[in-house]
Amino acid sequence: MSAAATIKGSRQFDAACAILDRFGRNPTRLIPILQALQEEYRYLPGELLAYVATALGVPPARVYGVATFYAHFTLAPRGKYVIRLCDGTACHVKNSIPILEALRQRLGLTAERKTTPDLLFTVETVSCLGACGLAPVVVINDQVHGQVTPEHAVALVEEIIAREKPAAA
Amino acid sequence: MQNTVTSKPAVPVLTLNGRSVELGGERNLLELIRKAGIDLPTFCYHSELSVYGACRLCLVEIEGRGIQASCAVTPEAGLKVRTDTADLREIRRTNIELLLASHHQGCTTCGKSAACRLLELARRLGVDTVRFTARRPPAPLDLTSPALVRDPNKCVLCGDCVRFCHEIQGIGAIDFAHRGSAAAVVPAFNRGLGEVECVHCGQCARVCPTGAIMPRSEEEPVWKALQDPGKTVVAQIAPAVRVALGETLGLAPGEDTTGRLSAAMRRLGFAKVYDTAFTADLTVIEEAEEYLRRRAAGFAGPMFTSCCPAWVRYSELAASDLLPRLSSCRSPQQMFGALARDLLPKQLGVAPENLVVVSIMPCTAKKYEAGRAEFAHNGRRDLDAVLTTQELAHMIQGAGVRFSELVPEPLDMPFACTSGAGLLFGASGGVSEAVLRYAAAKLSGGAAPAANYGAADGTAARREVTVTVNEIRLRLGMVYGLREAQEILKEVRAGTCEYDLIEVMACPGGCVGGAGQPVPAGPETTARRACGLRHAAAAAPLHGAQDNPFITKLYQEHLGEPGGPRAHKLLHTKYQTRRRLGKSDGLPLIHGQDVGRVKVSVCLGTSCHLRGSQKVLRGLAKALEERGLAERVELTGAFCHERCDRGPAVTVNGQVFDHCTAELALAQVEAALAVATGA
Ligand code: SF4
Ligand code: SF4
Ligand code: FES
Repeated sequence: MSAAATIKGSRQFDAACAILDRFGRNPTRLIPILQALQEEYRYLPGELLAYVATALGVPPARVYGVATFYAHFTLAPRGKYVIRLCDGTACHVKNSIPILEALRQRLGLTAERKTTPDLLFTVETVSCLGACGLAPVVVINDQVHGQVTPEHAVALVEEIIAREKPAAA
Repeated sequence: MQNTVTSKPAVPVLTLNGRSVELGGERNLLELIRKAGIDLPTFCYHSELSVYGACRLCLVEIEGRGIQASCAVTPEAGLKVRTDTADLREIRRTNIELLLASHHQGCTTCGKSAACRLLELARRLGVDTVRFTARRPPAPLDLTSPALVRDPNKCVLCGDCVRFCHEIQGIGAIDFAHRGSAAAVVPAFNRGLGEVECVHCGQCARVCPTGAIMPRSEEEPVWKALQDPGKTVVAQIAPAVRVALGETLGLAPGEDTTGRLSAAMRRLGFAKVYDTAFTADLTVIEEAEEYLRRRAAGFAGPMFTSCCPAWVRYSELAASDLLPRLSSCRSPQQMFGALARDLLPKQLGVAPENLVVVSIMPCTAKKYEAGRAEFAHNGRRDLDAVLTTQELAHMIQGAGVRFSELVPEPLDMPFACTSGAGLLFGASGGVSEAVLRYAAAKLSGGAAPAANYGAADGTAARREVTVTVNEIRLRLGMVYGLREAQEILKEVRAGTCEYDLIEVMACPGGCVGGAGQPVPAGPETTARRACGLRHAAAAAPLHGAQDNPFITKLYQEHLGEPGGPRAHKLLHTKYQTRRRLGKSDGLPLIHGQDVGRVKVSVCLGTSCHLRGSQKVLRGLAKALEERGLAERVELTGAFCHERCDRGPAVTVNGQVFDHCTAELALAQVEAALAVATGA
């Protein structure tokens, strides 16, 4: 593991404290605080939520309730690259399922296991990304790829893996 | 033209189902409608709680406004309100039907069925078919709490429990989570109630309209012991039980059932039935003596009572700084437990291992208390089981005993002889009244007349009483509901609290309003139970604990001096700070890879947080990084080392250091690293 990885948690914790301070540790700002924390950690770890509850003086059950209420928040770890596959009607008709299967197979993921153990990829389905003209659509982080084939999708993933390799080594 | 007759100002009225109804300052239309004699159905309305407006059952039609939830409408003169249109009936019925569809439908085996609001409303509204089916897979039962069982499949999401825990107890151990069809009411992180900061008061179960939260039954092990010929089963009954048990068995709230209760329990097979009010008398003496001793030793500021286990648990979880102010007295229940183990085997001629001791309590937190480690010796708990009033009533019914026809029988001596003061323990203010009666006698050298100080009389959540004896002024505060208690804690911390003794009860109205009592029961029922106890106390031949000859004898023959070493061993206890959330892995900060790395964790629990543990953690992380030690440590922010009164707490390879700073922690880590490398 790299030196950066060893102390990653420490950097994140510094950032978390800065976020709490930025919002004045004000319990009424819970939602923007959670948003900012999710940007930093890419998900909301339970321990972090417990700490937020402590720092804001709010019951942990309430923080958990807010974090699970909004679809925007995720409590499970997510990869650096979030691949969202549209399974809306248009994409479904244009064969989005084989793409999903190809990606999951390449990355060793299933419907339940959405994130790779190295936290590089998360594969999820969404219903309609609003780009039906480009169906089938795959979105990697914020980049939209239209009229994708299973081979094309896997190639995109290989590209990322090749790019990330030196950093991970 | 001049009018010679001055008309009286008209009382404002509105029209309800075509009849005129006077407005009398009701907070909402629902209250007015109920006052007018119409029992509009609701799940989520409780006069003790805030208005939530979620169950959509209290719907009414208001002319010009359409259909509205009456709990959220302020009554106004001139409104034309209907509660019974075909539309309203249909909506209500559909709402119930939808709830039933997603509700576990095992009513015959549900412990709540006799008092279930959902079942009652389904019957009342004539729901005879359920056209929808559940889509959610069943959720597992939550069996982590020693006091309560949560069955999420029976929850109708009314939020009553959430609001009670948050608004009245100031805890918020359970809350809404998720959304849409996945919405649920759960403790933090979907853990069990026994793994979060719940104090086991059970008030959530009391207000729950269904069986989604229930007291955890211990009927089975008690039946088993009763039917075992080798066992001698004895019981203690708490004061509040006797004035509520009858409610389930056809009697009015507040009716004193002591005599029939002991008759019924003997029929169930209990060898002896004793009175917890006896050990309440003992508590009064120990607690008053403790206070007077502390005062003489110059201990300034208030002492808190310790007979409510939910309050004790709250203090351990959230008020570690005030633990030294908590009386060291065990509760009457546990004093009885200790005495029973100590005295009864010889008195009854039973081998100690064959003596089974059961308590009958109005309370779910007592189940938790009886299981605390300090109340067990050589693996055997002082109290083998704790039954709630509900459970005992259920056992009496199950045995087919016709309660109302029983001829009363006395309780068993010597633990039957009790003063009126001891009986009052069951109602808010009762402990204070009892302490005052004892202290007045003691401070006046026995010269003070046997007065009633009225401490147990009011119904407000916070009250106080001041008494001066021999120029010594005693000021007592009484409070129920833990949010109200938190207000007093603030004053104590700020040094503005002038009470000598503060009585805290978690449940509304004190133990009479406990969650183990028959349900449903609102404030009126609780008040009638308290009244029943006051009557019983007034009729008791002994006034205060000091008048109880059996207590005097117990001290002479067995306990020695009040507060003396023997009394201390049997009747007092110790407290410890406890973590709010169950064990967790902690938040990782530094993740070193060396084989012999040192494991360090800094507590981020509430109390340590307030003492600046965040600074310690960040300072330590920074120092370790700067010194190039990152690969040789594993540093986490952890949740509570249960040293909250001595924080910030830091553990290094399992060893805890109190009052830690970043520098101290670094020194310890470096020392541990030196050991690890054999330097
Ligand atoms: S038992 Fe009391 S503290 Fe626990 S969840 Fe219920 S109301 Fe809250
Ligand atoms: S557990 Fe009971 S009181 Fe709480 S929301 Fe569910 S039904 Fe209502
Ligand atoms: S908060 Fe409990 S030990 Fe720190």
